[in-house]
Amino acid sequence: MRKISVLDRILLLATALLSAYQIAVGIEGLGSLTVTSYTIAFGVLLVASLILIILGFEALESPLVVVIAALIPLSLSLGLISQYVPAYQVGYMAFAVLGFLAIVVTRYLTPGRTATITLALVHGTAGLLIFTLPIVLSLQGKARPGFVLVGIGGGLIGIGGLLLSFLRAGRPFLSAKAIYTVLPALLLIMTGTFVAGLSLA
Amino acid sequence: MMIRSIGQKVRRRLGVYWKLIKSLQTGLLLLTGLAGYMSARCPVITWRTLLALTGSLFLAISGSTVLNMVSDRDIDAKMKRTCNRPLPLGQVSVTEAFVLGAGLSVLGVGWAFTLSPLYGTVVFAGFFFDIVIYTIWLKRRTAWSIVWGGIAGGMPILAGRVLGFGQIDWVGLLLSMAVLLWIPTHILTFNLRHKADYRRSGVPTFPSVYGDRVTHLAIALSSVIASVAMGIAAYGIGMTLGYLRVLIVLSIGLFFLAVSSVVRPSMKLNFSLFKFASIYMLSSMLLVLVETM
Repeated sequence: MRKISVLDRILLLATALLSAYQIAVGIEGLGSLTVTSYTIAFGVLLVASLILIILGFEALESPLVVVIAALIPLSLSLGLISQYVPAYQVGYMAFAVLGFLAIVVTRYLTPGRTATITLALVHGTAGLLIFTLPIVLSLQGKARPGFVLVGIGGGLIGIGGLLLSFLRAGRPFLSAKAIYTVLPALLLIMTGTFVAGLSLA
Repeated sequence: MMIRSIGQKVRRRLGVYWKLIKSLQTGLLLLTGLAGYMSARCPVITWRTLLALTGSLFLAISGSTVLNMVSDRDIDAKMKRTCNRPLPLGQVSVTEAFVLGAGLSVLGVGWAFTLSPLYGTVVFAGFFFDIVIYTIWLKRRTAWSIVWGGIAGGMPILAGRVLGFGQIDWVGLLLSMAVLLWIPTHILTFNLRHKADYRRSGVPTFPSVYGDRVTHLAIALSSVIASVAMGIAAYGIGMTLGYLRVLIVLSIGLFFLAVSSVVRPSMKLNFSLFKFASIYMLSSMLLVLVETM
């Protein structure tokens, strides 16, 4: 297990501060579902960063990580849908809730292939949505070009989330050491692009 | 040459005194006092009052911490965690430390009384609970002494609030309760981590009297109740929704760790709960400060 360094801790602290800023200031004046969704997404990032600072990368060994990590793309994508495509918010909320429950249930009742496929489907769909929606809306002129940054963050969260999830599921694409080396910087860049993208939208 | 040598001696002495006042703990308690003052949203916040509050609290807290070390020097000498403190190491004599502690306390409490009699009374109450009730009377007799240590720790924030608001109100009491309940988390975690040390020193602790399981439960419960008290107090202060959201998120994180530490108790998890509770307390105070500025 790679030991957490001072630089890792600084990067994680910056992630926590950015997330706290977004929760406190960045989502004022939006609808209640949007605010709740963004609060969950940035809240998980805030608490996870602090726990990583305290416990180090050992915290990622917990089986709960897969479940909790899925909350970020699911709630962030729900926030984007409710803010920009509210007509689909009820349907997508049903998908997000059921998808999350499916991840929890399959992880504890039928671990193995079913759990991995469920995770990839739900996580992948949410990640794809975060990646494509801002780009499409920016191209259509329904949002300012800066909104594309959220899409870039979405790409990063997709990569990071899948790397971690498959590592926890025992089918890693990269070694644990490599993932832990890039994770703090990835989390900071991802949070930074979300915060900047949402404020520039 | 001579001046340089005197300068070095003074610096070394101040270094020893700095260790005696436990700068981190004193700093955090001082921050709670400032947050308590700012929470009152006093219409006339002057730098003079703010500096006087900082100075008087710093002196009073530092003084009681030094006197605490004087009284506990025999316990500190028996414990691995504390045997490197200045008094057990003989870096400072008992008389010198006592004079320093008493001097700082008298200055701090005296200064507090000149600012406001009620503020002075609360600062004095903190000093009295810490030194007389907690350290001298109960610490060596009962594991429940930590409650009184907690009450003493909750006094700076109440004092700050009283100075800003002019009276003791329910928000001040809740803020004080939040700190009071955070302190057992801090002490009990050390009790668990250094169980053998405490056993050797003969100080009754929760783990030695009630066992680890009850101690884990007490830590989790006090953390959760502390965060609830802080949340209600923040609402009472009139904290804006954005900052309240951050506080709620941090409370959920604390709750999550507290439940985990009860369901699957381990030293590591317990230590992270303690650390997170400290970050929670620090963040809450910073949120109150930033929000009211």
